[in-house]
Amino acid sequence: MADLLEVSGLTKRFGGLVAVKDMHLRVGAGEILGLIGPNGSGKSTVMKLIMGIEKPNAGSVRIGGVEVAGMPSHRIARMGVGIVFQHSRPLHRQTVLENIKLALLPDSLLQLFAASHIDDRAREIAARVHLDHVMDRLPGTLPFADLRRLELARAIARNPKVVLVDEPFAGLTSGEVADFSALIASFRAEGHAVLLVDHNVKSVAALVDRALAMYLGEFIAEGTADAVMKDETVRRVYLGGAIQTAARTPLEANNSAPLLEVEDVSVFYGKAQALQNVSLHVGAREFVSVVGLNGAGKTTLFNAISGLVPSTGKIRFDGHDLTGRTGAQIARAGIVQCPESRELFGEMSVRENLDLGGQHLPRDVSARQLEWLLELFPILKSRHSQAARTLSGGEQQMLAIARALMMQPRLLILDEPTLGLAPVILEQLSKALENLRQNTEITVLLGEQNVTFALPHADRVYVLEHAHFIWEGSPERFAVEAGAQFL
Amino acid sequence: MSNTKTFAIAAIVVVALACLPFGVSGYVLGLLTLAYYFGVFAMSWDLLFGFAGEVNFGPSFLIGLGAYTAGMLNHYAHMPIWGCVILGSLASVIGGLLLAIPALRLSGPYFGLTTLVAVLLLQNVIVLFAGWTGGEIGLDLPDVLSIDDRNNYWISLAFMTISGAILFGLSRSAVGLILQASGQDAIQAGALGFNVTKHKLAAFCVSALFSGLAGAMLIFYEGTASPGTVVDIGVGVQVIIAAVLGGRRTILGAALGAIFLIVAGEILRPLGEISTFIVSAVALAVILFFPGGFLGTLLHRGAR
Repeated sequence: MADLLEVSGLTKRFGGLVAVKDMHLRVGAGEILGLIGPNGSGKSTVMKLIMGIEKPNAGSVRIGGVEVAGMPSHRIARMGVGIVFQHSRPLHRQTVLENIKLALLPDSLLQLFAASHIDDRAREIAARVHLDHVMDRLPGTLPFADLRRLELARAIARNPKVVLVDEPFAGLTSGEVADFSALIASFRAEGHAVLLVDHNVKSVAALVDRALAMYLGEFIAEGTADAVMKDETVRRVYLGGAIQTAARTPLEANNSAPLLEVEDVSVFYGKAQALQNVSLHVGAREFVSVVGLNGAGKTTLFNAISGLVPSTGKIRFDGHDLTGRTGAQIARAGIVQCPESRELFGEMSVRENLDLGGQHLPRDVSARQLEWLLELFPILKSRHSQAARTLSGGEQQMLAIARALMMQPRLLILDEPTLGLAPVILEQLSKALENLRQNTEITVLLGEQNVTFALPHADRVYVLEHAHFIWEGSPERFAVEAGAQFL
Repeated sequence: MSNTKTFAIAAIVVVALACLPFGVSGYVLGLLTLAYYFGVFAMSWDLLFGFAGEVNFGPSFLIGLGAYTAGMLNHYAHMPIWGCVILGSLASVIGGLLLAIPALRLSGPYFGLTTLVAVLLLQNVIVLFAGWTGGEIGLDLPDVLSIDDRNNYWISLAFMTISGAILFGLSRSAVGLILQASGQDAIQAGALGFNVTKHKLAAFCVSALFSGLAGAMLIFYEGTASPGTVVDIGVGVQVIIAAVLGGRRTILGAALGAIFLIVAGEILRPLGEISTFIVSAVALAVILFFPGGFLGTLLHRGAR
């Protein structure tokens, strides 16, 4: 089998960070390779290097035997590489059909009018990805899955030899996943080489012929999906060690007024109700976890508490009503949120991000706080002059938490800190949280999908489902009473 | 709005405008003549901002380069007007290319800043070499397009109509589609096989060509070239305001915006200094509350 895509010795550095180190991979005609790795492992960078969006520092990328490393992406595209981006950004003033036609146009300054065969071809492609019923609509009116189809249509328009797909199934329902799998399998049947990039093996196992796992920019395993899943190194990277918890003596309940009281809070986004008469209380020094699946309303609840979205109902902090206070005032009052999206200042250094968090503190207090945080997250010390955007996902998460802690919050809200992180990183986060719990006066409200991470760090657990709480209790009772319906 | 409908409305408007000289005074005609040249400046600018996604803070660099090249050729070499105009717009394209090739390698706001500096540079050169260029006072031209108000009016109307048709057609063509894609998402356009830099450069050339052409025509209408009318930063600012006011990504809206700015400025002139303030305030209000501009807002209403 001829290898259509051949990558060897590929290396990419961003500043001092080695994102990809000496990578090798091959994909033959009529083959699907899954490139797997946790967040920050460098798999997306590999894809960008193949497409020419980033330029490699060393190594070779061959398409059908021709060296393309270092070429600009439009030339690589013309060599026969197509990419399906994770987020589609179509032209919003043009219809679906025109968006597909765009991908078929020659890269010429002189051809003012699209040739007639382009129209026919665009309709054919639309039919193939099942967009034929919405061809004349504007992209803004399409549901998410159809936007993904449009992205797919544009990538395959020029019949590329090599198709790169970034997280093919992110955000799709199971029916749509089956549909997309069939489409991707049809590329294989036509003799294309397909490279799928995803977080874990499981989601693409049924589709790939081979899988290749990477971690921290380096190759760790290759083989059939089964073999990779059984590989020792892969298991260690993904599963890590068991999360250690040192149970502390339970706080005496109701010994003081609760620090945060949320009463009957509702939030609407337009017509959609994102939060429905939710009530919750968090006592001083208590660690409370809110667990719920994606879309249950966790982030909305936290944003309502932080004053970032308008809500109805009552929210009291330390006895004071927060109604009418701005997000900034609430943050100064002591409720600091570390958002799911991290929101770091990417161009600023690690140190500058931290300094901004401590801006309102007296100089000596801020210096002490900084010293303590660098002890809590030692990795940040070695990265302190690096731009925040060049950090790996796990490091960015630690920086985001550290920056929030620089503000010396009384209540720290952590929204999905584990999102997209490898278990080894979770272990470090877990230790840091345990340290906070044992040694400081801080109160924490943690939102998580990952129950195994949320439970060990909780004095009390709430389960959020479809915009309201369906269960509240101790972590010990969770497995018996709520575990089954949640998992 | 369909292309045929646009064409029909545009045709009616142009015919109506062409009949104006039979009904209005020479003073009004003179005002509109100037406004039409401004319309071409603004439409050329919208091709860059609305489609290529690049903010050119120095439209008057391109305009001034065309105008002064043409003016000096006429003044010193006594070249006929048509020759001066052709060479002037060519100079504008070459000057534009020399500026854009290095500037397009920069990302984000740096392209715009480079173009801003280019205007200041051109203005300085003109003042420094006042002996040849006439400096702040301006350069007298031996030739003018016409001494008849009506002829001047028709020439500028025809010029704006043809330029508008070409620029609008280009924006709706296959090349215009690629240009829009390049402007909105350069990474994706590159991954689809389009050389983004090439398309943006071409757009810059077209924009420079029409800016230079209009600049050269304008000075032969006025009979004099001065920094205040074709080079000053203020001229560029007015072009930008006109284009944004008229509606980004509409091309034709830019011409509407230019005509509005010039005519409104003149109507309010008796108020003195305050007239500029009022026009600017209206422009600010439109940009703040109707970011789509005149035509953008109108089309949006129509689409509902």
